Amino acid sequence: MSKRKVKDSHLPVGECITEVQSILRERLCCNLHPDKPEEIEAQHKHLLELLKRTVIHGESNSVLIVAPRGAGKTMLLKCVLRDLLQEKEAEKSLLQVHLNGLLQTDDRIALKEITRQLHLENVVGDKVFGSFAENLAFLLEALKKGDRSSSRPVLFILDEFDLFAHHKNQTLLYNLFDVAQSAQAPIAVVGLTCRLDVLELLEKRVKSRFSHRQIHLLSTLTFCQYVQRVQTQLSLPENFPDKKFGQEWNKSITTLCKDASVEEVLRRHFNTSKDFRSMHALLMLCLSRVSVSKPVLKPADVLEASKLRFADAKGNMLHGLSILELCLIIAMKHLNDVYEDEPFNLQMVHNEFKKFLQRKSNSMYNFEQPVIMKAFEHLQQLELIRPVDSSTAKIQKEYQLMRLMLNHSQIMEALQKYPQCPTDVKQWAKSAFA
Amino acid sequence: MTSLLEQPGYDEEKLQMVAEQLLCREDQAGLLLSLMGQPQQYCYPSIFIYGHQASGKSHVMHVMLKELELPHAIISCVECVSSSLLFELVLFSFFGSEASSLLPRSPSLSDFVRIYRQQCLQAPATQTRYIVMEKAELLRDADANLLPALLRLQELDNVSVILLSEISWDKFRPNTGCFEPLLLHFPDYSKGDLHQILSQDSHPKYSDDFYSSYINILLGVFYTVCRDLRELRHLVRHTHTHTVKETDTHKLWRNIEPHLKKAMQTVYLREVSSVQWEQMQQMEEKEAGALRGLSAHTHVELPYYSKFLLVAAYLASYNPARTDRRFFLKHHGKIKKTNFLKKNEKTSNHLLGPKPFPLDRLLAIFYSVVDSRVAPTASIFSQISSLVTLQLLTQVSHDDQLDAPKYKCAVSLDFICAISRTVNFEIVKYLYDFL
Repeated sequence: MSKRKVKDSHLPVGECITEVQSILRERLCCNLHPDKPEEIEAQHKHLLELLKRTVIHGESNSVLIVAPRGAGKTMLLKCVLRDLLQEKEAEKSLLQVHLNGLLQTDDRIALKEITRQLHLENVVGDKVFGSFAENLAFLLEALKKGDRSSSRPVLFILDEFDLFAHHKNQTLLYNLFDVAQSAQAPIAVVGLTCRLDVLELLEKRVKSRFSHRQIHLLSTLTFCQYVQRVQTQLSLPENFPDKKFGQEWNKSITTLCKDASVEEVLRRHFNTSKDFRSMHALLMLCLSRVSVSKPVLKPADVLEASKLRFADAKGNMLHGLSILELCLIIAMKHLNDVYEDEPFNLQMVHNEFKKFLQRKSNSMYNFEQPVIMKAFEHLQQLELIRPVDSSTAKIQKEYQLMRLMLNHSQIMEALQKYPQCPTDVKQWAKSAFA
Repeated sequence: MTSLLEQPGYDEEKLQMVAEQLLCREDQAGLLLSLMGQPQQYCYPSIFIYGHQASGKSHVMHVMLKELELPHAIISCVECVSSSLLFELVLFSFFGSEASSLLPRSPSLSDFVRIYRQQCLQAPATQTRYIVMEKAELLRDADANLLPALLRLQELDNVSVILLSEISWDKFRPNTGCFEPLLLHFPDYSKGDLHQILSQDSHPKYSDDFYSSYINILLGVFYTVCRDLRELRHLVRHTHTHTVKETDTHKLWRNIEPHLKKAMQTVYLREVSSVQWEQMQQMEEKEAGALRGLSAHTHVELPYYSKFLLVAAYLASYNPARTDRRFFLKHHGKIKKTNFLKKNEKTSNHLLGPKPFPLDRLLAIFYSVVDSRVAPTASIFSQISSLVTLQLLTQVSHDDQLDAPKYKCAVSLDFICAISRTVNFEIVKYLYDFL
């Protein structure tokens, strides 16, 4: 779509916007990696040193990178790998094996994947292995050929490391760590996980073979840095085809980030979560509002996007309930108030609802029990109420004990927003005796 | 209308077509389209769309992806009973049958990703590919790694996963977290929207005004109970036979109201099939008798003693055992009535549900309520077990406990009243809750 014209740097607005969208979308969605890792230089250096020792000196190492989700574990690793591959020696000899705990759900699959990624399929060929252990032994043998200096270093990257610990007997981890520890072949094992207690998951024999080297990425991000990061994420690079547009865009982003209302929104986000991903989601929503007819980001866009991000899902769902279902929820709320969060069943709820109806002279809500039952089941289907125990077999539906999954304030807020909510229902919600 | 669906990179005519088909969902479609961006641009890796049943989630996705001719795979999680079906469908719709035949038998996620990668090398995505998962709440019951992996699928190629569900995202999040999708809410249709949509499929026999006033009446009756467009459509389809005769709106209301009320009891609850309902309507037109709801409860035929057994079981389930003397002994000595009337239990048993009772108690009550002498023969016992088979009674204790089995009565008060009326037994007099 975009045609870069080298000489004529003035593009029509449409193409500029297309270009902006492409660049920024790629940045926000595919998590492109920055040229330089910010805030984590120390960890970057540490990891790079470690892997260099494996690649250049043939030392075996194992390390875990532990950090919450979206804190930049993969980003760190990718940056390190990129820098590592700039070394001539590394580029020439390093073999990489990428495993993911989500994909390789057991050791057999993992082993196949390792074989494939090391291009050892032809070595394995048609060999039929009697057992998993034999297969592994063969692969390790292939890795072990030659001594420390002559064999090629292999880098094992285990994403979602904690899931590998659930494999039977932790065979894969045991063997990898064993090779690393006994210096049979130069391998480096890098695990990425978000679980702080990951070492507790390892069996004793596995744990003792692990080097106990952990790299923590604890975010010390301040609010200023956060805003700065938002700005860099939204800014266009120097080599943007239309220089003038690029500069104007960048200027508008700078003013945007200084806007008081935007700052307030960002602070709210910063206080909820500092990670990259939630920031990207917010910026993505902002970006989607940029179009040809409106080629700049306005503070209002950020506000709108933040409103979308902070929308209360349960409140939204309550908005779509019918009056009958809403009445049942109010009845449940009263039951919860009276009996201090004891579970309830349909009969009790219906009884409470009937009490309300009896006080009304004109009962426009006179429904048959089955109709109420259907409404109740709909609430259960939406998981707004949940059965206390799952054994439904022997209890009649109307006596199945349930709990309400909403709290007081959510219900009251939903009632405020409810379109054309009858006044008597509103009053009833406020007090059980209205 | 079209101003909302504006996005460079798409054919204007097609956008127009989309806008025409998405009645009352223009805002949502517009937002979605702007998130999707131009075909060749990246979209956010995963989007989670939630909203009530029949709020147009699937419809919007179907129309947009089909009309705009974007590469997509639409998968209903109800159909995909195993993950291999899912993998096959995705590969088939993106790369054709050759790719899906590459999958080994009972493929793992790893196989799928491997083949997907291979295919992507041969045919890299020029446009964003979309995988739409309908009824995504069922993914929670699939393998634990499936959902988190799907959310990260964009690491392979330019592909976006769109999840549609009725349940909010909070209930999906796995223990250790995962890649968070963008959350979008499809709000329910307002009354006006519903009216507009329902009026669309007007019958050629009626004028538009008339049909719309008919819809208005129908919504007036059902809107408090049901806002589900699909249910309402069903109701419209089954009640509109009555509108044939009338053309005046006021007359129409008088004529149709009882029918709508009845439809609430039967059609809305789906107690009868559509065919049965139509037959019933025709019958009634002939008889012109009183309006009766057609309900399954009134049509249970039981043997004489079984009825008494059921009554006895009901009494045993809902009365405390200590009150049996008062109800069933003629000379129960000097037990003051007030002792009984003072209710120790705060809430009645009809709120808490049936209590289990031993077989002995059931039989004792049975002998005292049945008016003739009955011998405890095998036929009585076999009737008990057939009541259990009919699920009118449930056996609480284990099957292997032979000497003192315990039961619970599993029928409602209305049902038991109907039963006892057929044997001239006034059950309400014998119920502790109604003293």
